[in-house]
Amino acid sequence: MREDLAIDVRGLTRRFGDFVAVNDLSFSVKPGELFGFLGANGAGKSTTIRMLCGLLRPTAGAAFVGGIDVGSDPEGVKQRIGYMSQRFSLYEPLTVDQNVQFFGGVYGLSGERFAARRKFVLEMAGLAGREKTLTRDLPGGWRQRLALGCAILHEPSIVFLDEPTGGVDPLSRRRFWDLIGDLSSKGVTVLVTTHYLDEAEHCHRLAIIHAGKLAALGTANELKQVFASRPIVEVQAAQPVLAMAALDRLDAVEKTSLFGTAVHAVMRDTSISFAMLAASLATSGVEVRGIAPVSPSLEDVFLDVVERVGAA
Amino acid sequence: MGKILAVGAKEMRQILRDRRTLLILLFIPAFFLLLYGYALSFDIRNVRLAVQDRDRSTQSRELVSAFVNSGYFALVGYEDSDAALARLVDEGQVRAILSIPSHFERDLQLKRPVTVQVVIDGDNANTAATVTGYARTLIAEYGAVQMVAMLADPHLRQGYGGQALSGPVVIVEPRIWYNPQLRSALFLVPGLIAYISMITAVVSTALSVVREKERGTMEQVRMAPVGPVAYILGKTLPYLAISFTSAVLIVFAAMVLFDMPMRGSWPLLLFSLGLFLVGAQAQGLLISTIADTQQVAFQIALLSSMLPTMILSGFIFPISSMPTMVQGITHIVPARYFLVALRAIVLKGADITAFWQDLVALAIFATVAIGLASLRLRKEWA
Repeated sequence: MREDLAIDVRGLTRRFGDFVAVNDLSFSVKPGELFGFLGANGAGKSTTIRMLCGLLRPTAGAAFVGGIDVGSDPEGVKQRIGYMSQRFSLYEPLTVDQNVQFFGGVYGLSGERFAARRKFVLEMAGLAGREKTLTRDLPGGWRQRLALGCAILHEPSIVFLDEPTGGVDPLSRRRFWDLIGDLSSKGVTVLVTTHYLDEAEHCHRLAIIHAGKLAALGTANELKQVFASRPIVEVQAAQPVLAMAALDRLDAVEKTSLFGTAVHAVMRDTSISFAMLAASLATSGVEVRGIAPVSPSLEDVFLDVVERVGAA
Repeated sequence: MGKILAVGAKEMRQILRDRRTLLILLFIPAFFLLLYGYALSFDIRNVRLAVQDRDRSTQSRELVSAFVNSGYFALVGYEDSDAALARLVDEGQVRAILSIPSHFERDLQLKRPVTVQVVIDGDNANTAATVTGYARTLIAEYGAVQMVAMLADPHLRQGYGGQALSGPVVIVEPRIWYNPQLRSALFLVPGLIAYISMITAVVSTALSVVREKERGTMEQVRMAPVGPVAYILGKTLPYLAISFTSAVLIVFAAMVLFDMPMRGSWPLLLFSLGLFLVGAQAQGLLISTIADTQQVAFQIALLSSMLPTMILSGFIFPISSMPTMVQGITHIVPARYFLVALRAIVLKGADITAFWQDLVALAIFATVAIGLASLRLRKEWA
């Protein structure tokens, strides 16, 4: 294990009977890094996080979190990390303050340190003055910030966030990512999973996992390089489905996918001009409203990676 | 230690927040006692009785008053015709008929054997058997009184065929200890205390843990550096306190409402109760490690606490009259041991030497249940 890494995962594997949930996964996260973990449902994201948090024992391989082997000292790991899950893991019948007191208690905070942390968390969550509100009466965004606050009450150097922004309005999501950014800039390592690929752009580095395996790893820009020699063309058409079928018939087109009402075509051949493309679509009876090159989004990358790994 | 306190304080606040559940836990058991206590009774009183007195003598009237004064029978009226009597039974106006033959008094004085007929409506076999017993006892007592009177009367003694009656006469003089009036309430109420406390403790413990599983808060707590032992202690201790309070309330209610005596020592009673409740909570905990939803947990908890405690503990059905195999099963029902201890303390004022084996059995049950629950929990926890 390397001392300078916050998280060091080597050949991590977890089986449930015959099913391999996580398959020989290796990656590392530097201190203070904001690391995104992307994958479809059931890809093995949560299983990986549970192993990294010392909740689930690896079947094979090793993982070091904050320099501690999760396989041999899961309790030591728990003291150093914060965890917040996709479900709101707060006690809803209790007040804001009672939740903070409970988590302070289980993390062994007391006295002045607890008072200072409590103040910090309430301010961070924007809940100062609402300590006596029942948690179940809080709007989703507030509850989420409180959950994050409870997870970092003990000032962990590494924080795991498992789909933290599920089911919350865009404004609250935005505020939440600002908080995550603050944490990271203060040197806290953050590993976050998300379904929202626009959010993933905030991450310093990303790992895409598919069927328990690491499918891609790098910064958002690095990942987008897979499209360097395969430009993406966005076609606006009156009949998107018909346009997709027509594009798929062209040799120059590698594949197509639907983005809203537009069609994204990944080109195999860079020489074909937009005019030629429009002309051949028109002969197929498609009414073309616009053709333009687009820079690849993370969604393009994700779909491409998952498709190629799935086909392999 | 601080972590147990943190979990315990949180649990207590959650319980206090949920007033309705708290009231249910504290007072419904006592209310149950009231309900069951009055509804469940094996005593039969004021059985409606018709008398067919063909003798109409002093002696026959004495026999009838013996029936009425016993309190078991209430005289509806006299009726001579057999058909009318049959109709009274058919219509449910009377449940028993006492038929006294003519020459009853004369035959008694001549020391001839006399037969008195008692007819009982058998549509409820249990009641019929009990009423038969009452009637038999009353008539036998009446006969014994006649015999003693005869023995005491020198004139009558000489009159019996000129031969003096002498020699020993065996008279049964029953003394029923601890419950002289044979009130079935005194037998049933300790059983009810065990029954209700068992259900409350098992259900409340199982639900409190499964609720956290269902809501996802357990996952969050597991991510924190809290061991399963601290977590479980913190979670169960508040419920132990509540079940304990509730059980003591039931005991008081039983003393006030059913005149249950308290002849033994309170510390011993509370100790036995504590041992019993800890075992019940461990059973609830074990259920919580098997069930994933509150609904399933509730059903398993209710069935596994209610049925064995009701049927296999000696609460209603005596264990000694069960088939051997079933008797074997009763050995794993904790209420069986608690009932022995409870009845001994409350009714007999016995000290620990009389039932220490039962307390040991309760301790074994609690230890095994805690052991199994922690094995399962450790597997689930990490």
